[in-house]
Amino acid sequence: MSTGSPPRADHGGNGLRWNAWNLLLLVPLLMLVTAMFNQDQPRLFGLPFFYWFQFLFVPLGVLCVGLVYVRTRDEPVRTDQPDRLSVDDLDSATQHDGNGSDRR
Amino acid sequence: MNDLQWTEIVVFGALFLLVTVLGFVAARWRSGASLDHLDEWGLGGRKFGSWITWFLVGGDLYTAYTFVAVPALIFGAGAMGFFALPYTVVLYPIVFLPLLRMWSVSRVHGYVTPADYVRGRYGSSLLALLVALTGIIATMPYIALQLVGLEAVLRTMGFNGSGFLGHAPLFIAFVILALYTYQSGLRAPALIAFVKDTLIYIVILVAVFYLPSKLGGWDTIFDQAQAKFDATKTPSDGILLNGNNQLQYATLALGSALALFLYPHSLTGILASKGRRVIKRNMVALPAYSLLLGMLALLGYVAISAKSSPLTNQATGRPDSNTIVPVLFDQQFPGWFAGVAFAAIGIGALVPAAIMSIAAANLWTRNIYKEYFRKDATPAQEAKQAKLASLVVKFGAIAFIVFVDPQFSIDLQLIGGVIILQTLPAVAISLYTRWFHVWGLVAGWVVGMVWGFVMLYGIPNPAAGKAHFGGSALTLGELSVLGWRPFAGSQVQIYVGFVALVANLLVAAVVTLVLRRTRVFNGTDETNPGDYHADEGDPRLKPVGAH
Repeated sequence: MSTGSPPRADHGGNGLRWNAWNLLLLVPLLMLVTAMFNQDQPRLFGLPFFYWFQFLFVPLGVLCVGLVYVRTRDEPVRTDQPDRLSVDDLDSATQHDGNGSDRR
Repeated sequence: MNDLQWTEIVVFGALFLLVTVLGFVAARWRSGASLDHLDEWGLGGRKFGSWITWFLVGGDLYTAYTFVAVPALIFGAGAMGFFALPYTVVLYPIVFLPLLRMWSVSRVHGYVTPADYVRGRYGSSLLALLVALTGIIATMPYIALQLVGLEAVLRTMGFNGSGFLGHAPLFIAFVILALYTYQSGLRAPALIAFVKDTLIYIVILVAVFYLPSKLGGWDTIFDQAQAKFDATKTPSDGILLNGNNQLQYATLALGSALALFLYPHSLTGILASKGRRVIKRNMVALPAYSLLLGMLALLGYVAISAKSSPLTNQATGRPDSNTIVPVLFDQQFPGWFAGVAFAAIGIGALVPAAIMSIAAANLWTRNIYKEYFRKDATPAQEAKQAKLASLVVKFGAIAFIVFVDPQFSIDLQLIGGVIILQTLPAVAISLYTRWFHVWGLVAGWVVGMVWGFVMLYGIPNPAAGKAHFGGSALTLGELSVLGWRPFAGSQVQIYVGFVALVANLLVAAVVTLVLRRTRVFNGTDETNPGDYHADEGDPRLKPVGAH
């Protein structure tokens, strides 16, 4: 624990929470692969492929982020209810944290 | 003065008057107990819901400068300018999770600025100072550039004088802005953003559907653009990318996306929202602006097709490419609608300029004034100090535009994007792990800043007749690590900020490994792992406006 502020008895939850749905956030990054769309044909409404294909990534990005939002809505956020994590979870959490050594 | 476009000026003036009234009324809008606290003045009471946040952050990220500069880039260079679309698409998936953590930890501990957070996370006022200074230095030219956007519109309407008289309309607009920001704080841009964004949406949609039909369709427009680029000697322009600038396109988009929410003004909009759900919803809804920006970018090609040519700035005597979209609107639209369009861009300059000056003022007050000058400052004194600082910041920006060549601001903004990216390890990565050692972060920051600056200095732009700061595209063949050229001969280009960030991370990692081995103290962390998940309603949130 830190020495700067009084330690809190109720500190719980790992700093990191894994959720497979979050992987969807990586999909829009495909847009950075320019070789995939750097061509003129076929045109759509007169727009070269380069432009309309990239425009398609806007709804795709919305879809991915939206799905993650909807699917992770129920993940435990800390409210005034009691902590759902057990002591064992807390212990493994500290190990995964990777910085146990500098907290004295 | 050139010929004044009276219809445009009357419409512009009426809309400007409307937002001025809104700006002053905003002080009483959903106001808390008093404005004498940074939570209230600087963050609007930390209670903005989804809609307000959408307008506020949208108005903040998609600035007037963006609206004039992106089409100007397309007009000049073609496909490369379209990087703005991938930039604003990959942005939201990347920042979705880190922003939630930043909001929660800031809400629990009452952090107002990113530097506040860094101070709490590492217990290091030095690291916090570096983050604060980087933020202020990167934001200042950005504010000045909003003035460039506003001025592009004013000049097109006929206020294209030289000397002080030429700047008078700009000066008046900014004094009004400074006054209501002083009085109303973040509530003023939040309320004005409604008007600005509504106007922008109307104008862009009309422009994108009406202008191509008038000019023979998109097919013709793109063919004419390609013909223009073929006729120039520059090999790098065209309606498609070429082998050498694809890496620049991707790294510039990615680097800009990583940098955007490191800017203090972007974070201000996020911290002002009332809960995690508001942020999540906005990450889904904000890409509507990206769509808009993409369409707007294409107007650069429309301008080629319509044979628009940029106005000559009477103050500098050079053609000002940023006037290209205003000139296009002036030529192609009836006067009253051009007036609406100019008001959209002009008011579009006021919203981000207000938020940026508030963010810079918050940084000054929290991380420099309170840290080094008055450690015992009360919240009321903090709020007073921030209000004054916001005035200083805005008048500094206007002095910059009036007395210094605007090109200098553009250079500085280029540098700003590269240096703000160097705070990524301290501000963003630290949200997930404290693995990096505080001194590793400092060392990485120094290397990233210095090397980024050196690389930018060394990039010429022969087309613009500049020997230094000619752009952000580094030719890999020129990349030199202390004299060693790993990619000698390569013509492939890459974004400077990205290279500097990689160097920053490498140095930070190496220093961290050494210091961990020697067990050097890594500062105290006042945050708890659970703080990064706190949401509205949590009893551990710090009360808003509390002392």
